[in-house]
Amino acid sequence: MFTRAMLTLCILIGLALPQAWGEELRTFSFLPQWLPQAQFAGYYMAYEKGFYKKNGINLMIMRGGPEHPPTETIAQNRVNFTTMFLSSAIKLRDQGVRLVNIGQIVQRSGFILVTKKTSGIGSPADLRGKKVSLWTDFRLQPQAFFRKYGVEVKPVYQGATMNLFLRGGVAAASAMWYNEYHALLNSGLNEDELRPFFFDQHGLNFPEDGIYCLEETFRRDADLCRRFVRASLEGWEYAFANPEESLDVVMRYIRKANVGANRVHQKWMLARMRDIILPPGNNTALGRLKREDYLRVAGEMKGSGLIKEIPPYGEIYADCTSRK
Amino acid sequence: MPTAPLASKRRGLAFKLSLLILTATAVIFTAAFGYNYIYSRNQILKDVETNAQSLTLAAVSRIETVLRGVEKDPSYLAHALSENKFDRRALLGRIEVLLNTNPDIFGSAVAFEPYTFDPKSRYFAPYYYRDGGSLKLIYLGNKLYQYFFWDWYQIPKELERAVWSEPYFDEGAGNIIMSTCSIPFSRKNGERRVFTGIVTADISLDWLVDIVSRLSPYESGYAFLISQSGVFVTHPDREVIMRESIFSVAEAANDRELRETGRAMIRGETGFVALKKHFSGQKAWMYYAPLPSVGWSIGVVFPEEALFAGLKDLTRTVLIIGTAGFGLLFLIIVLISGTITRPLRTLAGKAAEIARGNLDIEVTEVKSNDEVGDLSRSFDNMKTALKKYIANLAETTAAKERYESELKIARTIQMSFLPKNFPPFPENIEFDIYATLASAKEVGGDLYDFFLLDKDHLFFSIGDVSGKGVPAALFMAAAKTLMKGTAGRDMAPSEVLSRVNRELCLENDSMMFVTVFCGMLNFRTGEVLYSNAGHNPPLVLRPGQPPEWLPLPDGFLLGTMEDSAYETRRILLTPGEMLLLYTDGVTEAMNGEKAFYYEERLIRAAKDHEQGSPKELVREILQSVRDFAGSEPQSDDITLLALSFRGRAENRS
Repeated sequence: MFTRAMLTLCILIGLALPQAWGEELRTFSFLPQWLPQAQFAGYYMAYEKGFYKKNGINLMIMRGGPEHPPTETIAQNRVNFTTMFLSSAIKLRDQGVRLVNIGQIVQRSGFILVTKKTSGIGSPADLRGKKVSLWTDFRLQPQAFFRKYGVEVKPVYQGATMNLFLRGGVAAASAMWYNEYHALLNSGLNEDELRPFFFDQHGLNFPEDGIYCLEETFRRDADLCRRFVRASLEGWEYAFANPEESLDVVMRYIRKANVGANRVHQKWMLARMRDIILPPGNNTALGRLKREDYLRVAGEMKGSGLIKEIPPYGEIYADCTSRK
Repeated sequence: MPTAPLASKRRGLAFKLSLLILTATAVIFTAAFGYNYIYSRNQILKDVETNAQSLTLAAVSRIETVLRGVEKDPSYLAHALSENKFDRRALLGRIEVLLNTNPDIFGSAVAFEPYTFDPKSRYFAPYYYRDGGSLKLIYLGNKLYQYFFWDWYQIPKELERAVWSEPYFDEGAGNIIMSTCSIPFSRKNGERRVFTGIVTADISLDWLVDIVSRLSPYESGYAFLISQSGVFVTHPDREVIMRESIFSVAEAANDRELRETGRAMIRGETGFVALKKHFSGQKAWMYYAPLPSVGWSIGVVFPEEALFAGLKDLTRTVLIIGTAGFGLLFLIIVLISGTITRPLRTLAGKAAEIARGNLDIEVTEVKSNDEVGDLSRSFDNMKTALKKYIANLAETTAAKERYESELKIARTIQMSFLPKNFPPFPENIEFDIYATLASAKEVGGDLYDFFLLDKDHLFFSIGDVSGKGVPAALFMAAAKTLMKGTAGRDMAPSEVLSRVNRELCLENDSMMFVTVFCGMLNFRTGEVLYSNAGHNPPLVLRPGQPPEWLPLPDGFLLGTMEDSAYETRRILLTPGEMLLLYTDGVTEAMNGEKAFYYEERLIRAAKDHEQGSPKELVREILQSVRDFAGSEPQSDDITLLALSFRGRAENRS
């Protein structure tokens, strides 16, 4: 058991390819915020299809995972680009790390609280006094949710699996719609046996995965940052247009990293990523952070005392989606 | 004449017979074969299930014994920890002893809640594990491995009972598959018991994998183990182990039944189900049973091909025998039906020949003493009878034709008795007479007659003989001839009738009779002497006056009573007056509704045409009768006679 926790060395998947054309390629590193999975299919496809190279970037994709928290890695300037939740970035900025959002990828929150119908929880109020497992780093949204409905729950630390919830140790558990929710389905629970609470349906839409770099990186190489974002967005568009090919690539990355995951799970994840990256009815351009979304998240954080001040929108966000 | 039904054959009897028998045989064979197949198949499945059940349950009980054994010592330790406080050395000693007495246990830890063993230390979790032949001790817990947030610790803590973890690969122990049994313990804190920590025992599952892998009795079969979440713990395909779950496999193949089977498996049920092809590359059956202590489930897969190999061979053999038998049966039926139908076909040919009129054809004798022989003999008899009958029929027909021709001649002769040239006496302008007899289809007995007695007198008569046909015609001829021969200038009409009556009675054995009205016109004076023998009263038409019936004396019809008496009456016609005589064929003419023409219509018709000549009057009335009758066939002779008195020429001029 403990051996699972042993650190594995960072695996660099990016291999330096011979330069295809005259322009000198600049080498950059990129750390996805978690283990290889379809959550990062867009970046993988941008890499595989040469969109980064086309933009003059020789990218090294580092292996993410619990051992490589993106917040620490970027704070210590050990990577050029990384992805993280908007709330994590705001907190980091509040802590004095001068990082910039150069592209907001996930527009709709995929974060949910899931309950079994058998537990009789039909509305948020029914959670009162119930054991709810929460991730240490992602308590902001559920807590805002509990506050909104005036319920107090018994928080339980949520580990890496959904087993505590599956075995009935807690009444509700945190889950990402694209990941843990499907893991429950893959453990034999049917969708009609589950009652999920989508935070975005309760006025708490916190945009999630965004692309971040340090302010100094952006100041120095603003054009390359833009190119990186554009290539990444192109990668996402490609991944959504070619899901099977993208799943092949994702599965290859997963096998290389020796992570236990199966294709149907990744297929579900890719489909859900599309739902939250390009949510229907959202008129925001792909990759852009909306001011009101930002202010909602930052305001909630300030209100709950997680940050002291709301960093100005113009300082934390740099629009890199359009050509300058 | 018989037409040719015998000649119409589309599907032969042999064909029908073969089809019927072979179809019936095929149905019976298929039913028997199908039943046998299904029964055998079910029997095999039942046997396999029973076999799999006993094999699996034996394995399950072996596994359970080990697992329960593994649970025992950590449970004692947990119990001891909840009752007593150990110092570090005593605790480590207890764990060492536990490992030394349980070779199945790979490693064991006692993990405490933060700050409970040592109030200064957040982590306290000594862990012994086997390394080669010796035991190694490490202390779990640091900032990166906060053990109390892990499943092996958290789940038993929250559930407050012993829990076996999901299986996992332990890289440190040589990448073997392991599971951890975690037993929570608590301590009394005042009145309440407070959760204090977890005792664990890690066991390698290699032995279990081994037992499971040997569960399938078939070379091509296999067994697998899934965890409580449906994840494959063991499987012949290493790629799926710990990566796929039975549910992800079901989702990938969109197999809802497999998903339900998986749900039944993780619920701890047992069962025997069919698996679709995608699961193991071919159709298969699976027996599944739970490992209750860990909540996992074993599935033993039997490829259908292996299960039904024997049945398949048997089926093939039975099918070959069946097909051969079927062929043989077909040949036999064709042969038998051939011997039956060959003489029948010959007979059918002869019958067609006979139908064409060749009655002299030879019907070959069929010697067989069966139904076909009977048929052949009956057929010969029929042919002979037919021949005789046809000869008879020809004779009869000839006789009938002759009779009909004779009848026709009789009719012609009868009609030729009646005066038919009009005007009959063109030189006598004092009167005008016209008569017609429209005969019905059969020969009837109506008659009319008129002739001059001298230069001033005209005799006229009308009559109707009872009955129809040749007898009536002959009787009519006799009556008419008698009347003509009897009538004279000096004889009153009543006398004429009396004499004719006596004559007719003399020879009338057949008791026929005739009604007659006769009269004698003095066409100088217009005086009419008349008498009647049971005939309809004539009409008197006087210009400007309504037609009226001529008053008649009594008088019985002629030919039945010899001494009947008749009376002569007198009427004086003035020029322009007319007498209309008719038979009951007029008044009793029927239309389509079976209504009679009746006297009223006659009066009306006569009135309408009294201005015309006798010829016109007669023709118009006849037309009126025909119009009335419409398409109804005429059933009786219709006879009309009109006599118009004009007076002398000098009187008129």
